[in-house]
Amino acid sequence: MEYQELAHFSETWGLVILLTMFLGGVVYALWPSNKSKFEKAAQLPLNDDVEAHQ
Amino acid sequence: MSETLSAGSPTGSSTPLMRFAALGTSILATLLGLLWALNAADTGMAIHGWIFTLASALTLGYLAKNLNPTKVNPFEAVDQGYSFSVVRYGAIASIFWGVVGFLVGLVIALQLAAPALNFDWPFTNFGRLRPLHTSAVIFAFGGNVLLCTSFYTVQRTCRTKLAGELAPWFVFWGYQLFIVLAATGYVLGITQGKEYAEPEWYVDLWLTVVWVVYLLVFLGTLMKRKEPHIYVGNWFFLAFIVTVAMLHLVNNTTIPLSLTSSSSVIVWSGVQDAMVQWWYGHNAVGFFLTAGFLGIMYYFVPKRAERPIYSYRLSIIHFWSLIFLYIWAGPHHLHYTALPDWAQTLGMVFSVMLWMPSWGGMINGLMTLSGAWDKLRTDPVIRMLVVSVAFYGMSTFEGPVMSIKAVNSLSHYTDWTIGHVHSGALGWVGFVSFGALYCLVPWVWGRERLYSVKMVSWHFWIATIGIVLYICAMWVAGIMQGLMWRTYNSLGFLEYSFAETVAAMSPYYWIRALGGLLFVIGSLIMAYNLYKTIRGDLREEDLPTGQVATA
Amino acid sequence: MSKFSHEKFEKNSILLLVGILVMVAIGGLVEIVPLFLVKSTIEKVEGIRPYSPLELEGRQIYVREGCYVCHSQMIRSLRAEVERYGHYSLAAESMYDHPFQWGSRRTGPDLARVGGKYSDDWHRVHMDDPRAVVPESIMPGYPFLAKTPLNYSDLVMRLKANRVAGVPYTDEMIATAVEDLEAQSNPDADWDGLLERYPGAVTRDFDGNPEVISELDALVAYLQMLGTLVDYDVFEPEADGNQR
Repeated sequence: MEYQELAHFSETWGLVILLTMFLGGVVYALWPSNKSKFEKAAQLPLNDDVEAHQ
Repeated sequence: MSETLSAGSPTGSSTPLMRFAALGTSILATLLGLLWALNAADTGMAIHGWIFTLASALTLGYLAKNLNPTKVNPFEAVDQGYSFSVVRYGAIASIFWGVVGFLVGLVIALQLAAPALNFDWPFTNFGRLRPLHTSAVIFAFGGNVLLCTSFYTVQRTCRTKLAGELAPWFVFWGYQLFIVLAATGYVLGITQGKEYAEPEWYVDLWLTVVWVVYLLVFLGTLMKRKEPHIYVGNWFFLAFIVTVAMLHLVNNTTIPLSLTSSSSVIVWSGVQDAMVQWWYGHNAVGFFLTAGFLGIMYYFVPKRAERPIYSYRLSIIHFWSLIFLYIWAGPHHLHYTALPDWAQTLGMVFSVMLWMPSWGGMINGLMTLSGAWDKLRTDPVIRMLVVSVAFYGMSTFEGPVMSIKAVNSLSHYTDWTIGHVHSGALGWVGFVSFGALYCLVPWVWGRERLYSVKMVSWHFWIATIGIVLYICAMWVAGIMQGLMWRTYNSLGFLEYSFAETVAAMSPYYWIRALGGLLFVIGSLIMAYNLYKTIRGDLREEDLPTGQVATA
Repeated sequence: MSKFSHEKFEKNSILLLVGILVMVAIGGLVEIVPLFLVKSTIEKVEGIRPYSPLELEGRQIYVREGCYVCHSQMIRSLRAEVERYGHYSLAAESMYDHPFQWGSRRTGPDLARVGGKYSDDWHRVHMDDPRAVVPESIMPGYPFLAKTPLNYSDLVMRLKANRVAGVPYTDEMIATAVEDLEAQSNPDADWDGLLERYPGAVTRDFDGNPEVISELDALVAYLQMLGTLVDYDVFEPEADGNQR
């Protein structure tokens, strides 16, 4: 395999794939309807003085 | 399963079948150890064979004696049905290995200042003790802190006890055996010669077994959780466990000389081995010393500050971008070397990008205190946790800067790197661990508060001064030596011989050792304070107003 | 609730596990795999050969004592470095190094081309008491190396393991390994076979005591060959195959 082949792939498809992954993550985290769910999860450490469920 | 007997003793409420299986396994392990000890090809392997035999025999004895567990857990009221016994053991092991690891660090710092302290013996020379120090602080201290805090956090946030009865105990004791085998190996000269991955093939195999069980216990606990969500702290712990397993397996792929030899040959060589090694090495920092400890931050900071994490959305972006980017950063340890340029460039670019998620995490930790900044004044434990996050921010800014090729050409091979590592290790990993232990010990021993809050303050200030001395001395020493190596005189020749640049380091090595001494003193204060807390003693102190007395 | 599947990550621990594995696998694959596939990763140079048995055992002492903790074996392509230590290191020069010993900190100087720089006498004194020859040195003394006979009972197994890992040791080399090791530091030995198998090997008594093959013999034999294999008069860094 030659260096040029790899460089070409990473400058085209590689760029597109990684950028899409990143944008997907950001959009998900900032999606308005997910907000309440996240807020509930954030409370998990605070109300944990309860008995273990077996 | 019966609730009354759970988690009190290692054999707890495990079924008789499981206990017999464990008994059988430890008989086999004892025999295997004997076989190894008696047929060893070298002294080192013989010693390790005997250590393994002894450990298996002790396990066997314990299991046989407790085949019908009747012990009642004295901490039943505290434990509320959770498996906190193993967390208590982990906390004690963390304190013990911490003090040991810091002490060995002080010894080797003094050896660099005063080489006579090597004593010219094989077992005490710097080359053998340095891996002892790095492994003791990273794997023994850091590893035990991660074990006990991850076991605590995952149970609390999943509202369920640990999966398995014997398995968590196997993880704990198996991990201690790994530490003992690795440490004795270094002193005996048994090493693979790969930084932070020095243990030889059979110790690596043992760690693999322990680690897989650790993953299963953690995953099993997540699977039987009683909450719909998996809390973000657990994501970090899971990423730490999984990624360390992957790194460990690839970096340590090795061919033993024989089944009874303590020596092996790594399958990778030269430039590929360099890449694999620093892919491993930098991610030992990224996943062992960062992701795992961020798991601690995401639970202990909100819990101690009594307010939720600043932004849960940020924590999602933080998590995915951090674990994705970190893996690429390794080649920045190989700038201007025989590693191909494209790989060096990738390492640099991703290291610089890594600054963003790192600071996202820092902001998330720090801003959790927003609206409660007064706690910094009144609660030294919070102060320790917050300053650890500040150190995290500092070293995750310094790191990307040092990964830039032009800067790296100066900093590489010098003490600047050592200083950078220690601002992360002492400031971030050390302080977040101390903060977590100060929280955890009163919680899992059911104490009203720490024995002494003032001692936490003393620990904080003494250790902070120690860190500042350490990293400043290393900045000066590193930058000075790097510049001296490239200084030309007016005739166009190199100005300094190598020996002259070594001589110039001396004052800074003494200052560094002083900084290390202060850090050790701080850890001894903590050990005493936590020992008294465990005993249930309370020192009479005037608590500042607003003091969080209860843990 | 959501159109996206991230909720499943939070609710399904196995999915989270797989997601993490995928994310952390990408970087390593992209950086490591091409190093095995791209042809120009290791330059084509003349002169690189596997370590002779004595050098290989010496290298093992080097690893055992943790020399790599304070000494690098990698001269970077920077002017000040090349002027201090010699030609920058090539990937080919460590292609038979299992493991690599490039190091990360120069508490002591780089050793990539230390071979032939100092006399055996100098190494002998230096290992016994470094400050006797370099007053500023902070290196530990290794007086025990000269006093400890080299244990090479695992030599053949070590060569065989190296061969499995890709080092081209021939059947002949393995068959003559012990003989070659004993010959290299014996001033009265016939070195022809050894030199044919390992061209350029330094052959003489290294530790000043021809009676015993000590650990010091092996270590100095290793140090004296470091960086001496490639003839830089004929190496062409600008050649097509060496561009990367």
